[in-house]
Amino acid sequence: MSGVRLLVGTKKGAFILTSDGKREKWDVFGPHFGGWEMYHLKGSPADPNRIYASQCSGWFGQLIQRSNDGGKTWEPVGNKFAYEGTPGTHKWYDGTQHPWEFKRVWHLEPSHTDPDTVYAGVEDAAFFRSTDGGQNWTELPGLRNVKSDLWQPGAGGMCLHTIILDPKNPQRIYIAISAAGAFRSDDGGNSWVPINQGLKSPWELPDPTAQVGHCVHHIAMHPSRPDVLFMQKHWDVMRSDNSGDMWNEVSGNLPTDFGFPIDVHAHEPETIYVVPITSDSLHFPPDGKLRVYRSRSGGNEWEALTNGLPQSDCYVNVLRDAMSVDSLDKCGIYFGTTGGQVYGSSNAGDTWTPIVRDLPAVLSVEAQTLP
Amino acid sequence: MIRVILPAHLRNLAKVTGEVSLDVDGAPTVLSVLDALEARYPMLRGTIRDQITLQRRPFVRFFACQEDLSLDPPDTPLPPPIRNGEEPFLIVGAMAGG
Repeated sequence: MSGVRLLVGTKKGAFILTSDGKREKWDVFGPHFGGWEMYHLKGSPADPNRIYASQCSGWFGQLIQRSNDGGKTWEPVGNKFAYEGTPGTHKWYDGTQHPWEFKRVWHLEPSHTDPDTVYAGVEDAAFFRSTDGGQNWTELPGLRNVKSDLWQPGAGGMCLHTIILDPKNPQRIYIAISAAGAFRSDDGGNSWVPINQGLKSPWELPDPTAQVGHCVHHIAMHPSRPDVLFMQKHWDVMRSDNSGDMWNEVSGNLPTDFGFPIDVHAHEPETIYVVPITSDSLHFPPDGKLRVYRSRSGGNEWEALTNGLPQSDCYVNVLRDAMSVDSLDKCGIYFGTTGGQVYGSSNAGDTWTPIVRDLPAVLSVEAQTLP
Repeated sequence: MIRVILPAHLRNLAKVTGEVSLDVDGAPTVLSVLDALEARYPMLRGTIRDQITLQRRPFVRFFACQEDLSLDPPDTPLPPPIRNGEEPFLIVGAMAGG
């Protein structure tokens, strides 16, 4: 019988939650790497038991862990992330230039086809690749040729947090950086173009429509339509129908269009999900009500999903990598909160159940659909 | 034989319990002890000092014989009680946070 495995990264360790295809009862394993910040874990689509994990700490720096048995056992692999050449400088909070400094790995994206190939998005923002199962990492430095002196850290740091590999075109890669914007490569990551036309950031940028500098929070794509992208920007929910060449706002009737995660239904490419957050200075849901919003029309028309979610006195946040979908029928959707809850829905968001309630603050959730 | 005590998180990472004993050629220094430690336990590379600059990570400190050696040049010879194994060389995660 098929099942689901959730890979949960938290501020104090990693947890693995498993269930059969009914998704009614869950087993919780962990903490793995207790006490460490686990920014992201993700399994290889080509070999679901091959999982990569980003482990870091303010004391002992960055490690990468790899599992070959679905997260039961782990081994540390390579953790040397060296920028190519002289890294140069980027814009600092006060507008001055600041040296590029490696801090941590925010996101790991395994190849669709090769379990040994995996990409890493890091802070300070850069794009790395390993082709030997994470033992050695090489920067693809072409990304930092795209006006990187104008990139500036967001409040969470200058992080490359989103990597999307086009499942139909292995040469095409999308990434997003806070606060530089979205970028696309059509040659496997060697060269990049900014894809920020249509984004407007009047509160954050001197030039609201600048080519780079936008605070993109997350991007999502449905694998059947890799030219259609959905974006949760700092403010604004956006959509592109031409691989990011132009974006249009689809915030519609959302109570607020600030937020972090965005995701797409596994079987309905026009059904998307966001979690509205009050504002950039109030990182909790409006009115203390935790509501996922779903649009079945690719944006603009949104409905609140509340059944099973706290509708009073709830002041948690949902971070950008902390939402994921499975591909069972009906589609399962999951998200974790900074309050340590992981909520799941086995009916595309109609009803929700807390799978766990008291983990450390959740940084990331990735769902694996197992055969 | 040099005795080294690691902080708990690094003991877990290296899969060791208690002290680590290392053979170090010549007069041991912080540099040569760390080189020997990382050669024996490659998973510790980058956790105590930066892999590229070899600079000590800011929240890691080195102690021996009740002295803080963290700011000494890394090629400074370690005290005799460390060299003859009477005292351990301590790698400490700084008290920080709150």
